[in-house]
Amino acid sequence: MTDNDLMQRSPHLIRRHRNGKIGRAIFFLSTTIGLVALIVLILSIINQSMGLVIVRYTVEPATLSDKPLEDLESTELSAILTQRLKPSRLRTIERDTPLATLSRTQLYNLVMEEIVVPKVQKSFHLDESLFQRAKIEQIASEEYPGAHITFRSWINWNFIVGSLSKSPEIAGIRTALMGSLWIILITIVVAFPIGVGAAIYLEEYASSSSRINRIIQTNIDNLAGVPSIVYGILGLAIFVRSLGDLTQGRTVISAGLTMALLILPILIINAQEAIRAVPNSLRQASYGLGATQWQTIWHHVLPYALPGILTGTILSISRAFGETAPLILVGASSFINKDPSSLFSRFTVLPIQIYNWTSRPQDTFRNIAAAAIIILILTLLTLNAVAILLRNRFSKRV
Amino acid sequence: MTETPFPNNAYAIELRNVDIFYGNFRAVKDINLQIEPRKITAIIGPSGCGKSTVIRCFNRMNDLVPSAHLNGEILFHGKNIYDPDVDPVQVRRLIGMVFQKPNPFPKSIYENIAWGARVNGYRGNMDDLVEQSLRQAALWDEVKDTLKKSALALSGGQQQRLCIARTLAVRPEIILMDEPCSALDPIATLKIEDLMRELSTQYTIIIVTHNMQQAARASDFTAFFTMDTDRAGIMVEYGPTSQIFTRPKDKRTEDYITGRFG
Amino acid sequence: MEQEMFRPTQQTQAISPFDVHASSALIANLRKRPRWGERFIQGFLFFCGAVSILTTLGIVFELGKESLLFFQTPEVNLIEFLTGTKWQPTIGEFGVLPLVNATLMTTLVAMLVALPLGLAAAIYLSEYASPKARGFLKPILEILAGIPTVVYGYFALTFMTPLLRTILGSETVQIYNTFSAGLVMGIMILPLVCSMSEDALNAVPRALREAAYGMGATKLETALQVVVPAALSGIIAAFILAISRAVGETMIVALAAGSGPNFTFNPFKAAETMTGYIARISGGDVGYDTPDYNSIFAIGLLLFTITLALNILSRKLSARFREVYE
Repeated sequence: MTDNDLMQRSPHLIRRHRNGKIGRAIFFLSTTIGLVALIVLILSIINQSMGLVIVRYTVEPATLSDKPLEDLESTELSAILTQRLKPSRLRTIERDTPLATLSRTQLYNLVMEEIVVPKVQKSFHLDESLFQRAKIEQIASEEYPGAHITFRSWINWNFIVGSLSKSPEIAGIRTALMGSLWIILITIVVAFPIGVGAAIYLEEYASSSSRINRIIQTNIDNLAGVPSIVYGILGLAIFVRSLGDLTQGRTVISAGLTMALLILPILIINAQEAIRAVPNSLRQASYGLGATQWQTIWHHVLPYALPGILTGTILSISRAFGETAPLILVGASSFINKDPSSLFSRFTVLPIQIYNWTSRPQDTFRNIAAAAIIILILTLLTLNAVAILLRNRFSKRV
Repeated sequence: MTETPFPNNAYAIELRNVDIFYGNFRAVKDINLQIEPRKITAIIGPSGCGKSTVIRCFNRMNDLVPSAHLNGEILFHGKNIYDPDVDPVQVRRLIGMVFQKPNPFPKSIYENIAWGARVNGYRGNMDDLVEQSLRQAALWDEVKDTLKKSALALSGGQQQRLCIARTLAVRPEIILMDEPCSALDPIATLKIEDLMRELSTQYTIIIVTHNMQQAARASDFTAFFTMDTDRAGIMVEYGPTSQIFTRPKDKRTEDYITGRFG
Repeated sequence: MEQEMFRPTQQTQAISPFDVHASSALIANLRKRPRWGERFIQGFLFFCGAVSILTTLGIVFELGKESLLFFQTPEVNLIEFLTGTKWQPTIGEFGVLPLVNATLMTTLVAMLVALPLGLAAAIYLSEYASPKARGFLKPILEILAGIPTVVYGYFALTFMTPLLRTILGSETVQIYNTFSAGLVMGIMILPLVCSMSEDALNAVPRALREAAYGMGATKLETALQVVVPAALSGIIAAFILAISRAVGETMIVALAAGSGPNFTFNPFKAAETMTGYIARISGGDVGYDTPDYNSIFAIGLLLFTITLALNILSRKLSARFREVYE
């Protein structure tokens, strides 16, 4: 056998290398499926959040004014309202909110809701709108004579600041956003101190040999895996029912406390990791100077661990922000239109609204669900970006 | 002289029959060691002989290792610092420590020094104390214009002197140094040694070192530790440095300092 | 010993003006102080830790108490509950199997997606990917893991189901079906399987890989025959946790799998899972202390027990895995 023969690849080896390439390709494709899924998910949501609609007006806007309604001034808009509304209806509105006090946008909305009253007969996805315009026009002329085709982005400023409504054309998510905000605030106020406190206890005080501390640690790890709906059941039984006299039942405070319990284990585990990353030399330096344990923790351990703790907290908060199931049980109601104003207000939140709108059969509700999803995801991405910035900024510390 | 510094005991600190355990493992056994006040005492020996373990028992730093415990007595002003009624926090304030790797707090130079004094209830003029401590640690001239800058921007040698200054600011009686120069270059090491010499006029210094030249250069007394057959650290010999390095009494000491072992 | 010879000789050295130490008052100072503040803080921190115990006790107590009420309803008994194939409270049939069966079907479909893809992705990321590719792909998976489940539910109902109906025909696939829910759930769980498996693979020492390469193994052979087996218990721990996550998942099935218990093995038909049932019943205004209300707790208890058992098993396995390599 010559050297050349020795280095020759045998058929067997060639086959093994071919298998290697196939394996690599399979692994790579599996990994990219995540990417593909993410892109398809986002595209399909954007696709449903805007597109052409066939819309019919009760009163044609063109008969109200020569100019497009959007361009009218406040005075012109209120003039239209006073002319066109039934006197009794006008009186009702004036009693609640005098027209003179309303902004231009509010007046515009009022004109749209009370006089023009657009009814979306049929809505189309973005892809259909772009590529099958002719077909849509045909449908419009055949099935909805006299109706208009316009392009509508379901996600718009009115949608963000408007209040909930039974008709998807004018529904907005302000009330849901306020509900989310209230609940998140309560969740932070309750969960942050307790979570960080528990993490400090477990990392700095508890000796791992003590039985009770081992139980606490195991328990936290297991709680982190309990399905969120079980927390909902707990919240229903304890905060809504047993403590109903204090929380007044299905209120913001019940929801906030339930959410606090839900994110507590994750928050603790994240904070523990951050505290564990504090170098021991720092603690020793502090003890060596005659500091007490709490002085050491408060002045050195916590400041050092804080960026990590905050990052972990933001991540748990974003989990709470997107959580739906527990709030179904604690009693978010999707039919309220008053913004929460106290701890004891009834509430709805963005994910609940998405759930509710998605489960309606009408296309237009799916459209506003898609619009709400975009807002939800953008909020979550912002939260995560803040967390990442925080981490990067403080990793080059002092 | 209106008062004797050591009314009950002539030594700065004294170990009596000290055994130190980690769990069931006896890391150090039967140490008897009397530390002379205002002198530099070096503890030398091969790695694993329990030098660091011993120096950490002088100010109860071993308390921070959950499995560690100690038998025997450590007398400080006639009081056993391991008595149940003794507060380890107070012990550490009186017996300061400088660590192997410089470990300044991630704060400004000024804060590094002021913090220890503040938590220990210092009420005087902080600026003066900071300056005084930095001068004592021979660091003042190098940092006096950058007191508000982060301590982490200093060089390793400067950081270590800052750690010494920080320890001085709480006015300890004894300063423990656990291989303080092992992370430093030779020039920085020399500065620390000069500084130790300076400080020994006022403070009792105990230093652990694996560097025999350093012990020979910088210390007044030397304790030689080694590992016994059961892997527990023992003290072989203790005496004036000049005697240990020129006329060791024990064969094991001689082997070690002449480089035949360790 | 001969240490007697160096008794201190320096006692009489003058105390410098700076020297504030060395007064006899210090000796008394060594005495312990009560430090009530520290004690109080430690007590508070312990309480914070104990809140988690209270949470668990609360879950167990409330689920147990209300379930007990449920089983005291005349129409209900435990045997029928666990073996009955009909859940129709209106006619007094309380068999949980249709709900359990639907849960198992969505879970099975989800696992068929998540486990192979997740493991393959983990192998790619830990054994093949360049740091650059990793730096790009990992965040993608993290984003996927961070999307709220209600969004996945929307995706299943408005994208996956119509897609399946286009491919397989709308006679075969119902508007609500467990297959679509399971498929999307699999995508949701994929990042979890991938990141946990990747951790396990990364924990396998380099030396083991080098040994395999040293004997002339290809990368694929090393990965599949050396690294994966070595990380097996860690990978199985990931799989079990994934199952637990799928069993407890609510929003996807509530939106896409169907409402109304249905004992069927056809994945293209509508069927309600345990979690879906809980969400539907509690979403309506159900009166306290009715069998409907109490049944939420009985099913919740079942759900809690299953997921807890899976979580504990997973933790045991991964603890054993860590013992081997760390």
